[in-house]
Amino acid sequence: MSRPLVLKGGRVIDPSQKLDERLDLLLADGRVARLGRDLDVPEGAELVTVDGLVLAPGLVDLHVHFREPGDEHKETIRSGSQAAVAGGFTSVCTMPNTDPPIDDPAAVGFVRAEGQRAGFARVYPVGAVSVGQKGEEMTEIGELVAAGAVAVSDDGHPVWSAGLMRRALEYTQAFDIPVFSHSEELGLSGHGVMNEGPVSTVLGLRGIPNAAEDVAVARDCIIAELTGGQLHIQHVSTRGAVEIIAAAKARGVAVTAEVTPHHLALTDEAVRGYRTEAKVKPPLRSAADVTAVRAALLAGVIDCIATDHAPHHYEDKEREFDDAPFGLIGVETALGVCMRELVVSGCLDLPELINRLSCRPAQIARLPAGTLAEGSPADVVVFDPEERWICRPERFYSLSRNTPFAGQELVGRVVMTIVDGRSVFARGADH
Amino acid sequence: MTARVTFGKDLTDLEGLSADQIRTILDVAEPFKEISERPIKKVPALRGKTIVNLFYEPSTRTRVSFEFAEKRLSADTVNISGVGSSVQKGETLVDTARNLEAMRIDMVVVRHRSSGAAQFLADRIPSNVINGGDGQHEHPTQGLLDMLTIRDHLGAIEGRRVCIVGDILHSRVARSNIWGLLKLGAEVAVCGPPTLIPPGIEALGVQVLKRVEEAIEWAEVLNVLRLQLERMEAGYIPSLREYNRFFGISVARLEKAPRDILILHPGPMNRGVEIDSHVADGPHSLILQQVTNGVAVRMAVLYLLAGGRPERAEAAKKESRE
Repeated sequence: MSRPLVLKGGRVIDPSQKLDERLDLLLADGRVARLGRDLDVPEGAELVTVDGLVLAPGLVDLHVHFREPGDEHKETIRSGSQAAVAGGFTSVCTMPNTDPPIDDPAAVGFVRAEGQRAGFARVYPVGAVSVGQKGEEMTEIGELVAAGAVAVSDDGHPVWSAGLMRRALEYTQAFDIPVFSHSEELGLSGHGVMNEGPVSTVLGLRGIPNAAEDVAVARDCIIAELTGGQLHIQHVSTRGAVEIIAAAKARGVAVTAEVTPHHLALTDEAVRGYRTEAKVKPPLRSAADVTAVRAALLAGVIDCIATDHAPHHYEDKEREFDDAPFGLIGVETALGVCMRELVVSGCLDLPELINRLSCRPAQIARLPAGTLAEGSPADVVVFDPEERWICRPERFYSLSRNTPFAGQELVGRVVMTIVDGRSVFARGADH
Repeated sequence: MTARVTFGKDLTDLEGLSADQIRTILDVAEPFKEISERPIKKVPALRGKTIVNLFYEPSTRTRVSFEFAEKRLSADTVNISGVGSSVQKGETLVDTARNLEAMRIDMVVVRHRSSGAAQFLADRIPSNVINGGDGQHEHPTQGLLDMLTIRDHLGAIEGRRVCIVGDILHSRVARSNIWGLLKLGAEVAVCGPPTLIPPGIEALGVQVLKRVEEAIEWAEVLNVLRLQLERMEAGYIPSLREYNRFFGISVARLEKAPRDILILHPGPMNRGVEIDSHVADGPHSLILQQVTNGVAVRMAVLYLLAGGRPERAEAAKKESRE
């Protein structure tokens, strides 16, 4: 058991308690022991002075790919969860599209155990909806939950059949977990490699129309309404999807949604020059879509921010655009990108950003996270909201480097991350 | 006296060229035309230069045209095609390029199925890279030779109405034509089945004509694109027969035109599909002249990228006669 820890002099932002003030924080036995003014430092406790820094509940990422098992050259659960804490995330949900996919209880147990062995962020596996993610036969969802899965998803692919989506949204209600949906109509996205629009036309690249997402989101919302199951729409990127989700929420459908930092920050212009690091699914969209997803986040139509951290090896991205894989990494840049794009620009205030990066996602996946209330797990991020830094992928903890933000100035940087009352990350000179 | 027009290391697209650069290439092509008419078709302009023609996609016309252009300028050339080379053994594009580079070459002409492949190479090797057609992006030398051909017949490009007909969505020829023609002040339209018109094409500054009859009514030049059989298999059009009936350029349709219309086609033609034989072989067809002009335009591009000065082109041509 680690020593009690007192963090003194920081600005505590905890939207779960509507707190934003200078308070001290005492962590002991892996819990938040006390939160208050001018706390005494108990005997044997370690004191850390955090003047001028923000203290917040550790960030929660509902959408990461850590590639293990199967593609350990891209990322491992260890490297991914270390990258996560360097980015301020203390809880992450890993997607099941590994090789083999996470579709049985043993695989779920493996991911959990690897996460615990690594000892960085808390790693919560998301199980597959269908066996082998083939979209045919439903997995033993109850067994997956018993082994530690917090949700199910066929992410990487959509749940191809509407009938299977119906069964999943019905059956999961017995275990009180959400279905995370990568909503994409493959008949419309076809062999597309980027957003369909003027830029794809100029570049001569096959386009993925907004409708590929809109149609699938509409289908899934309608099935959620039919079943009463909890649907979570992953990586919303289009203005049409935003309208459909808003309408479903207005009717009382149990739907939540996430958006990625890159869909909040970038348009399909980032692809010009055939930049494979900007090749991602769903694709980076038009300026009108970026405006719409930002407004939806502000309005609460989109509940939270999740990274869709998708590592790929250098040589897989260093090739012709058509042949490069989809995906980009995000856990080490999410806070800096969101601060720059949302807080500095005045779109969201800082407490609301913390809400969307920590409290809301924890609620969606029912994780014991997203709060600094006394008695809750001692998962804390300490960051400097003013620091401007240059994104240098070669210094990432992630094994991969595929980010479209390389070389850009980001705002707000993690100084220290605490999981279970233990410092698991403290920024040194090298990173 | 205007400022001297200069060129970058590569020719990957016409989107990035200025009107002056395009005019300069066409102007330099003029004196080079005559070289191909001589009994001894060779000048020493690129003597000692090594050029690799790296063709990942099958091509007869473009590859042979480049090779003639290179040889008539006295360059040493090597052809590499996808079949039977390391390309087929799975070597990546960048590794192939670096290996060629290690053999100290001066220029690469690349044809590749992926849009952006020429840019990809150009960004990674110091040699001059000329795009011989990349995926559905651009085919700049084809655009240039089309413009040279139009200019030969109409005197100038500015103000002329050119309609590109056919599979615009998948056509690199269409994109290079659109950029080049617009930069030189032409009015440009596209016409084809709506499934083969790319979304947002109007944003480039072209108008979309729904029916080929409208195109014939409007245009002074029709650039008729090849319809690839795969498009039917992929479900973009129901059948070649139907395509010919509604979008094919036939004598009967052209007879209704208010004026004579010049006919271009980048080849290879599907006679009886996008163009009827009587049109292809008719009096207003410029199809073979396009092929002739292709060699001259490519000589001009090679000469200029190798550092040749536009005003010296006439002299470069005469050197061999001394």
